[in-house]
Amino acid sequence: MEAGIRPLFMPPDADGARQFFRQKPKRRVEKVMTVSEAVAKFVHDGDYVGIGGFGANRIPTAPLHEIVRQGRRHLGISCHTATHDFQVLVAGDCIDRCDMAYAIGIEIRGLSPAGRRLFEEGRVKATEWTNAALAWRYKAAAMGLPFIPARVMLGTDTFRYSAAKVIKCPFTGAKLLALPALSPDIAIIHVHRADPYGNCQIDGNNFADADLARAAKHVIVTTERLVPTEEIRRSPHRTSIPFLCVDAVCEVPYGSYPGNMAYEYYSDEDHIRAWLTAEQDLATYREFVDRHIYKTRDFNEYLEECGGIERLRHLRAVEFMLERPDFK
Amino acid sequence: MAATDLAYNSKELMVCLAARCLEDHSTVVVGTGAPLAAAMLAQRLHAPDLIVLFESGSIDPILPTMPISVGDSRTFWKAAIATTMDDIMSFSQRGMVDYTFLGGAQVDMYGNINSTMIGLDYESPKVRLPGSGGANDFGSLCWRTMTIAPHDRRRFVERCDFITTPGYLTGPGAREAAGLPPGTGPYKVFTDLCIIGFDDETKRMKVESLHPGIAKERVQENTDFELLWAENLDESHPPTGQELEMLREEVDPLHYIIGT
Repeated sequence: MEAGIRPLFMPPDADGARQFFRQKPKRRVEKVMTVSEAVAKFVHDGDYVGIGGFGANRIPTAPLHEIVRQGRRHLGISCHTATHDFQVLVAGDCIDRCDMAYAIGIEIRGLSPAGRRLFEEGRVKATEWTNAALAWRYKAAAMGLPFIPARVMLGTDTFRYSAAKVIKCPFTGAKLLALPALSPDIAIIHVHRADPYGNCQIDGNNFADADLARAAKHVIVTTERLVPTEEIRRSPHRTSIPFLCVDAVCEVPYGSYPGNMAYEYYSDEDHIRAWLTAEQDLATYREFVDRHIYKTRDFNEYLEECGGIERLRHLRAVEFMLERPDFK
Repeated sequence: MAATDLAYNSKELMVCLAARCLEDHSTVVVGTGAPLAAAMLAQRLHAPDLIVLFESGSIDPILPTMPISVGDSRTFWKAAIATTMDDIMSFSQRGMVDYTFLGGAQVDMYGNINSTMIGLDYESPKVRLPGSGGANDFGSLCWRTMTIAPHDRRRFVERCDFITTPGYLTGPGAREAAGLPPGTGPYKVFTDLCIIGFDDETKRMKVESLHPGIAKERVQENTDFELLWAENLDESHPPTGQELEMLREEVDPLHYIIGT
């Protein structure tokens, strides 16, 4: 039957994954480290990265900046509505292959000129999917399966330029799409609270992050707040990522900036617009990325550069609608 | 003042007409922008119990203001549940979502939509666009797909450079032959010139209603393929004072969808 013609960057290997997860340490040990240590230890040139969040919402900005600063190259990424996270990795020229469902667009804010250049100049290898397809590819890996059937993508060029296959349902004979499991080398996820062992709680929409954390071989978590394990265990029903999945825990307050963090702070639309504007001109862009990433030592310096606590207080007010957000 | 005397722009017209199509007690999955404005307007007028879903995981929020992102915290403000993308996609795949609204750079006579690229060489597109996001998923799985798009020849094309999201593909029976769920597909297209439906037999675009002051010729001139025409071609009812007031003052007070 039919098959998509684009490369499958991460072929499914359920038995290989079982062997990997068998030897993955299960001990309850503290995993707190700095963002710089976590990236140095767990993100390597050539790795395939799954990034938590959706759009510029609950994104792990600090490790993304650190990946750029540490000069990682040839990364593969999975983009289910990847917006500012994608912009950051493009700024560092870190990506050379991309499972695409949605990137380059920064939602209704417009298209990223740097993202367009990357694709239009042929500097990245891409394979098409959809948001459901990428979420369900994580789901398949999280379930320990090699693939999962679905009823999307069929009959379109999105299918033709994917690496999915059409199969026949063994029960009904109907045509189905087979989506290969996606198990990234490393997942990077920002959460509301985590304990030192890596038990994580997320408030608001989970996006695909619970499955991503289970699908990935390694997981770096950044957290708004590092909390004692007692706080997690007081309400375990709120935990969506258990410590078993997690390799590194980094406390990064305001870690989704300039993205939104539900119940904490809204997105900094001025700053995201400044990125988009800077991307239009190469010299300006280089200077902008230098100033905000290469010349900042860490995420705190970046926050200071962007207006520090006063700016963040404003974004908290916007989140709680204490002031009218400045939409244009 | 009579409704027909009211001044309105083309975006306001498209949003108001689209809003009227959303029934009370139905479910709609939307993105931000004009489709969400239409859903919010419908909720404030004839469809207070229209259930809105967002692909990032939100069901039935009490939208306090227009979200900027399909995943931002506004989308699950006072919602019934804040869940996962998998869950929302599965609701759609189970058949529980009636409507979706999609946009795109190109749309053809069968309602196929392109939001992936302009150009014909996948490896070096003339313009690379964002891609499907959830559009293909909702266009595959929701019962009825609606589109809001300004009407011009570059957008209403004979052939999409890339079919991101399935309309009726190549015509009658093609969706089912491809394996898509039966009974789904494009339903209406709202442009700044007319309202378009789809012919039952051919599955091609058929103009149902012209906006006030718009001639058939102008619609055809702005379309790169041959349109079908309903036998009883209607004139679209222009936005009412109540619709415009609600849209401008409550739904989009900062005029970021409807412009100035």
